[in-house]
Amino acid sequence: MLDTLKLPERHYLNNGHGLKSWLLTKDHKRIAILYLISISAFFFLGGLFAVGIRLELTTPQGDFFQPDTYNKMFTLHGVIMVFFFLIPSIPAVLGNFLIPPMIGAKDLAFPRINLLSWYIYVLGGLFALFAILVGGVDTGWTFYTPYSSAASNTNVIPTALGVFIAGFSSILTGLNFIVTIHRMRAPGMTWFKLPLFVWAHYATSLIQVLGTPVVAITIIMVFVERAFGFGIFDPQRGGDPVLFQHLFWFYSHPAVYIMILPAMGVISELISTFSRKKVFGYSFVAFSSLAIAVFGFIVWAHHMFVAGISVYAAMVFSFLSFSVAIPSAVKTFNWTATLYKGSLTFEAPMLYVYGFLGLFLVGGLTGLFLATLGVDVHVHDTYFVVAHFHYIMVGGAIMGYLGGLHFWWPKIVGRMYSEFLSRISAILVFVGFNLTFFPQFVLGYMGMPRRYHMYPDEFQVLNVMSSAGAAVLGLGYLLPVIYFLWSLKHGEVAGPNPWGASGLEWRTASPPPTENFAEVPTDIPEAYEYTPHVVREAKLV
Amino acid sequence: MSDAAVHTGAHGHAHHPALQHHFDTMQQQKEAGVLGMWLFLLTEILFFGGLFMAYTLYRIWYYDAFVAGSLELDLFWGTLNTAVLIGSSLTMALAVRAAQTSNRNLTMAMIIATMVLGTVFLGVKVIEYEHKFAVGLIPGPGFVWHGNEALGRNVQLFFSLYFTMTGLHALHMIIGLGIMTVILWMTWKGRFDAEYYAPVEMTGLYWHFVDIVWIYLFPLLYLVERHN
Ligand SMILES: [Cu+2]
Repeated sequence: MLDTLKLPERHYLNNGHGLKSWLLTKDHKRIAILYLISISAFFFLGGLFAVGIRLELTTPQGDFFQPDTYNKMFTLHGVIMVFFFLIPSIPAVLGNFLIPPMIGAKDLAFPRINLLSWYIYVLGGLFALFAILVGGVDTGWTFYTPYSSAASNTNVIPTALGVFIAGFSSILTGLNFIVTIHRMRAPGMTWFKLPLFVWAHYATSLIQVLGTPVVAITIIMVFVERAFGFGIFDPQRGGDPVLFQHLFWFYSHPAVYIMILPAMGVISELISTFSRKKVFGYSFVAFSSLAIAVFGFIVWAHHMFVAGISVYAAMVFSFLSFSVAIPSAVKTFNWTATLYKGSLTFEAPMLYVYGFLGLFLVGGLTGLFLATLGVDVHVHDTYFVVAHFHYIMVGGAIMGYLGGLHFWWPKIVGRMYSEFLSRISAILVFVGFNLTFFPQFVLGYMGMPRRYHMYPDEFQVLNVMSSAGAAVLGLGYLLPVIYFLWSLKHGEVAGPNPWGASGLEWRTASPPPTENFAEVPTDIPEAYEYTPHVVREAKLV
Repeated sequence: MSDAAVHTGAHGHAHHPALQHHFDTMQQQKEAGVLGMWLFLLTEILFFGGLFMAYTLYRIWYYDAFVAGSLELDLFWGTLNTAVLIGSSLTMALAVRAAQTSNRNLTMAMIIATMVLGTVFLGVKVIEYEHKFAVGLIPGPGFVWHGNEALGRNVQLFFSLYFTMTGLHALHMIIGLGIMTVILWMTWKGRFDAEYYAPVEMTGLYWHFVDIVWIYLFPLLYLVERHN
């Protein structure tokens, strides 16, 4: 059957050629590709800085870089990965591409704003690149005042403005998704037939719309303090540096959910497809996304337990932080129940799902350690924290992103990649990730602080393990670049629905036509209608 | 939220020229636009919200300095500007109404009136800023304070907030004037009618929002303790 499959004659990729047809496109699918290319570039740039960090930390002495250079490396690694890769990653690429076909729409509600958001993102990225070229910045990705506003003599302003600008691209994407999900659904596509991917993006968009403006104004305040000498956060000028931390984390804690919620949406899609079962407890999973978005806004001060906030405030924030574990656990248990007695298979996307479940579990549970006041005082600003948030942001969000990319790649380009290499890469990522970051939990618990380029000799073994793991992880990230690019020309034609998946997006050609559907589907089924034990196309099982 | 996904198969009859291809009806297009605009205004509330948070905190901490700083502001100009802005909101609302009733000339007249009032506001702001410059009340290294010396540092903080808040507000007004120039041109070109006037309405929403921000800024900055 496979050799009879052909690419459709007319699809979004061949509807218009040349650079101009891409740079002026209003097609959400093409804009998703523009995002894919630009965030991948930033991902590897951010990865480059990580290479520098891990290289320096292979030995206890500072031998590769000056301390100042090291400070810039971890700052730029953080700034680029958080604001220019993780925040846009799944929403701007997969969400952008998939939400309209998933709900039976021709496009997002505001195609021009969608394109504008990409240009804004690029402009913000250029500011960040400019800051790197003229010497970098050393404040840490958190830009804590008064160091950032009054002391650091590096390029805080261009970097912070880059983050500020990129924030508006995030806001516009979120706004576009909310309106699209409310107003563009096909007739018959009710809220409770929506794929959980869409629910997750709805919750994410709420955070983007409500949280991002707060970090934007915070950056403005740092800007006026640094550029004009106004006093807002600098204690020497009567300001309060802790206020900065409140405002910063009011966005930056929920920002973690901007990264992880879409990944959770991806997991729900993949897990049902590859276990041939309806997601267990659909409405619980859907509402847990909203619950995470809401709870996420009232826990920010857990980053500030040792910053001089009152004991009672700390207790309340500790308690509230624990409560976020409830909706997260609801999801994890429901996914596990979905796997139970499913017809499980082991394609590359599903390997990422298994990886996600394990890593998110570790990342989430260590989050509870950190939300506990006493433990937090011990491990605050140590590698324990670094390991924890990498388990969430890399082990969770990037695993979800890669799983999703592998899952929808045949839909996006119409062709399959190498099944063998993709499985190898998924395993490399999982092994490499754990080797990199698990030792960091131990290091942190033993007391190694983050953000130093030297450390006592007894920490070396674990650091060498971590650096070796980073090399494996890097390989796992590079492999997909190769086989994805290879697949563009040489991959086998995938056909409309290579995985036998149930979503609406699989009921149109791969790649889809510009208007997504030749005929908008009118018979909208319940989400995730699967019959177990479907016979798979021979080559894919 | 209404569950009715608003696709009513409107194919077959002639489309309004302003209907974009991915919408089925003008109604759906308009609802999407209005929802988008309200969401945008929500982000604006949170954007200014960070500043209001900082203002609240420091006003509680440094109340005396805020009183002293507030007394340096000119109540006459502040009141005048409040009146000017409220007037501009009225003319803006009338512009929307005129567009809704397909009255092109009245729409243009009202948009122009709004723009004139907006410009008057900005002009007054320039006069006020200039005065602050002249007497050295610009926060930063050159700040000069002749009042109670103990309050000086925190009066400076008041003025930091004053300039950041009113500056951002003025920036929003300038952007609003830019948008209105475009809307004016579109009206003149006859793009709007009773079925399609959403851009005028959106501009109106934006302008009213900017006015409301000022309605809060005025008492918070000018009227901290005026009763004595
Ligand atoms: Cu947090």
